[in-house]
Amino acid sequence: MADLPILTITTFLPLVGALIVFLIWEDSEVARRNVRMVALLTTCLTFLVSLGIWAGFDNSRADFQFVEKVEWISEGGIAYHMGVDGISMLFVILTTFLMPFCILASWDAIQHRVREYMIAFLLLETLMIGVFCSLDIVLFYVFFEAGLIPMFIIIGVWGGQRRVYASMKFFLYTLLGSVLMLLAIMAMYWQAGTTDIPTLLAYDFPADMQTWLWLAFFASFAVKMPMWPVHTWLPDAHVEAPTAGSVILAGILLKMGGYGFLRFSLPMFPLASDTMQNFVFALSVIAIIYTSLVALMQEDIKKLIAYSSVAHMGYVTMGIFTANVQGIQGAIFQMLAHGLVSGALFLCVGVVYDRMHTREIAAYGGLVNNMPKYAVAFLIFTMANVGLPGTAGFVGEFLTLLGAFQANTWVAIFATLGVILSAAYALWLYRRVVFGTLDKEALKAMLDLNTREKVILYPLVVLVIFFGVYPSPVFDVTTASVDNLVATVQAAIDSEARSALAATGN
Amino acid sequence: MQTFEFAQLAIVGPELLLAVGAMALLMLGVFIGETSTRIVTGLSVALLAIAGLWLIWDPASGSAFNGAVLMDPFALLMKILVIIGSAAAIAMSVNFAKEENFDRFEYPILVILATVGMLIMVSANDLITLYLGLEMQALALYVIAAINRDSLRSTEAGLKYFVLGALSSGMLLYGMSLIYGFTGHTNFAGIAEAMTAERSLGLVFGIVFVLAGIAFKISAVPFHMWTPDVYEGAPTPVTAFFSAAPKIAAMAMLVRVVYGAFEPAVADWQQIITFIAIASMGLGAFAAIGQTNIKRLMAYSSIANMGFALVGLAAGSQEGVSGVVLYMIIYMAMTLGTFACILAMRRTDGMVEDITDLSGLSRSNPMMALALTIFMFSLAGIPPLAGFWAKYFVFLAAIQSELYILSVIGVLASVVGAFYYIRIVKIMWFDDGEPAFVPMAGELKVVGTIAAVFTLFYVFVAGPLSTVATAAARTFF
Repeated sequence: MADLPILTITTFLPLVGALIVFLIWEDSEVARRNVRMVALLTTCLTFLVSLGIWAGFDNSRADFQFVEKVEWISEGGIAYHMGVDGISMLFVILTTFLMPFCILASWDAIQHRVREYMIAFLLLETLMIGVFCSLDIVLFYVFFEAGLIPMFIIIGVWGGQRRVYASMKFFLYTLLGSVLMLLAIMAMYWQAGTTDIPTLLAYDFPADMQTWLWLAFFASFAVKMPMWPVHTWLPDAHVEAPTAGSVILAGILLKMGGYGFLRFSLPMFPLASDTMQNFVFALSVIAIIYTSLVALMQEDIKKLIAYSSVAHMGYVTMGIFTANVQGIQGAIFQMLAHGLVSGALFLCVGVVYDRMHTREIAAYGGLVNNMPKYAVAFLIFTMANVGLPGTAGFVGEFLTLLGAFQANTWVAIFATLGVILSAAYALWLYRRVVFGTLDKEALKAMLDLNTREKVILYPLVVLVIFFGVYPSPVFDVTTASVDNLVATVQAAIDSEARSALAATGN
Repeated sequence: MQTFEFAQLAIVGPELLLAVGAMALLMLGVFIGETSTRIVTGLSVALLAIAGLWLIWDPASGSAFNGAVLMDPFALLMKILVIIGSAAAIAMSVNFAKEENFDRFEYPILVILATVGMLIMVSANDLITLYLGLEMQALALYVIAAINRDSLRSTEAGLKYFVLGALSSGMLLYGMSLIYGFTGHTNFAGIAEAMTAERSLGLVFGIVFVLAGIAFKISAVPFHMWTPDVYEGAPTPVTAFFSAAPKIAAMAMLVRVVYGAFEPAVADWQQIITFIAIASMGLGAFAAIGQTNIKRLMAYSSIANMGFALVGLAAGSQEGVSGVVLYMIIYMAMTLGTFACILAMRRTDGMVEDITDLSGLSRSNPMMALALTIFMFSLAGIPPLAGFWAKYFVFLAAIQSELYILSVIGVLASVVGAFYYIRIVKIMWFDDGEPAFVPMAGELKVVGTIAAVFTLFYVFVAGPLSTVATAAARTFF
């Protein structure tokens, strides 16, 4: 078992599924059902295989595990190098975990071009897992950018009214950010002589170069994250994407930005990260407060959740650049929790959208009367979104605030304001959609959750509460790697400070 | 002085084979008459295949005719590419010739003659040889552009190409005369030797004129004006031919001129190449946005692509040349594949060329849509497709040479370019409406499939191909 290239299997298993779907050529009702079944089985199988990674993962080690390395393009020093550590492993699990829900959520909602849809999703899964497993920076970039293709198609073909605009904006915005990172990757290659991530992590880049490289990486990850003010593609993409597309976008794709900061920006450019700390804090706090206020004014449910995602990602960026253990642990936990919670919220929206085909908040109201089960599930996710203690949303938010408090008290104060604002918009949304009187004729005929929807939402409810009460399984995995990360970053900053001191002393 | 030896002919063996073969085919065509197109076309492809296989299995190396012609790994690789490009272009004309009354057996013969010219350009190690090869190629191309002589657009394209081409040849010749005047040599090695001394202004003028003449051939800005009109006006198989093989030959010639002859003046030509690269990438990216005709769009796309390839040349390093070689290999695959799809844009009432005619293609012809989608994303430079790696290696070289501004402008231009490429994807996948095309002709399927498979699975051959490109680039260092 130990010799099996489990990361490669996990990464490319969905691609095998996509190939099988590709070979189902005809377009009948039976064929469509087969396509769905193949996609579901593939994603479930991938999830099971990925659990093997967690099972075999050694929590006490801070280095990369399950490492695979094959020569690829020797001229550019590029290798096919895979491996996970405590930071990346759980993102792999999150990806494989969310995928079956996405397939299930699309079961009835997607009726045309089912085959292409499933191929796009399975392809996307491969690319997302690849991003988190890559230990070669060019390989990382390949997976990172290639994900644009299926997502572009998903939004553009199965999206809502303004899908073309949204998909173009999504594509060009993220591409624009990434190309600058590509140039930085090339500069790093010539500086360090390798594209191998573990080697680059150990390499000390010159201080003045770090700032430029940091900015180039920031351009990419800030757009992906997304951070204020480059977040404007997200509400459009979210609103127009089909439900499963929104889940993936909020649950996984946004995390690539945070993962990128943790994997590259912070450990490879510690001095620049230190210099830029206040800049990131400022952007994060603006994101938290401003987008929360914007979320308050939304009339579209998906748009509201999209803005709330931007606000929550503000906590993540803030936590990461505190560069202390609490902040980073909190940021990772926040990303994982947000992956579950925002994914679940979009699935909740999908439930009512499938029945009413509108996302207007005003079109709903009083759903608690005829959809009690739905109301409970939605309530729990709303509370988790607010960050209520006892839900997964609380742990990450609290830890990032704790980390921020150590680093900069003012930042913590302003960020805490965001918690209140998030309660305001989330609860108000819940009130308008679920409570109130059921006086709209169309709503009265709506049925409560069916079996498929229960299968989708209930496990998420359990997990959101479980990780809120007992977050240790996550921290057990991340602790060693995060401690190591914080120690190296601190060591780099200290040694720079010492040499600066020595220079002035002379 | 070296005396003529019969053995030296081996160096130009494939050229001789093609030249003699072209004459034989011409006789065949004349004797059989107008019905001979199919036979001549088939034999032409076979002839090119033999020449290509000859190069692959039994490559000669060394120089001949007092160093006027050179055969080295770089020339070998580029010649094979040129031959593949020409053969694919001829093959892609079969169905078009049948459907569009384009029954002219002269077409494949002219392509072969142009190919002979291109092979000479690639091998040329002397200004005179270079000019002979270039003119042989150019004269054949002028005729090919206007081959549809009953069509106003085709004749206009041919005339425009001829007038501007003659102008550029004049500039090239003038530059050559200046270089000869100031160095006393026409041989590249001799020029390079004479240039090590203090450079005079006249010599720099000579370099500028030579580069301008060659820039015209690769349709780099500001000498690109002919490209959109010729691409649009010429019959589509001709456009497909124009966009592949001649570009490769001209780029190979440019590489050899700057590294073989102007190596010592690297600081001078690097500025020129950098400017041309930036201008081409920028104009190619922005001007293509407003195009509605897909052939015209591909014209601007090829201008931009030449700009990207020149980024590698501007780097002035072995990595840069290797990047250019790789870029041309990948560019040829993408562009031939794209034109295979464009040639398949045919309804029962004839060829269509508007981008909007592709609407709903993903439903009416999913495989063709898939192939064209692969080419578009690849041209946009999205990994893991081949086009990404092409751009990766040229920019890698540029970064190594610390051409940061050029690189940043380049990648930003590629994002602008991505807009019009994905717009085509959008039209194929998101819009629906237009009626289906008639089924794709067999030869187009073959070319399109090979190109699509190469583009899609490039990652699997990336390692060996990079090694080949590096070996070719080492010729100059």
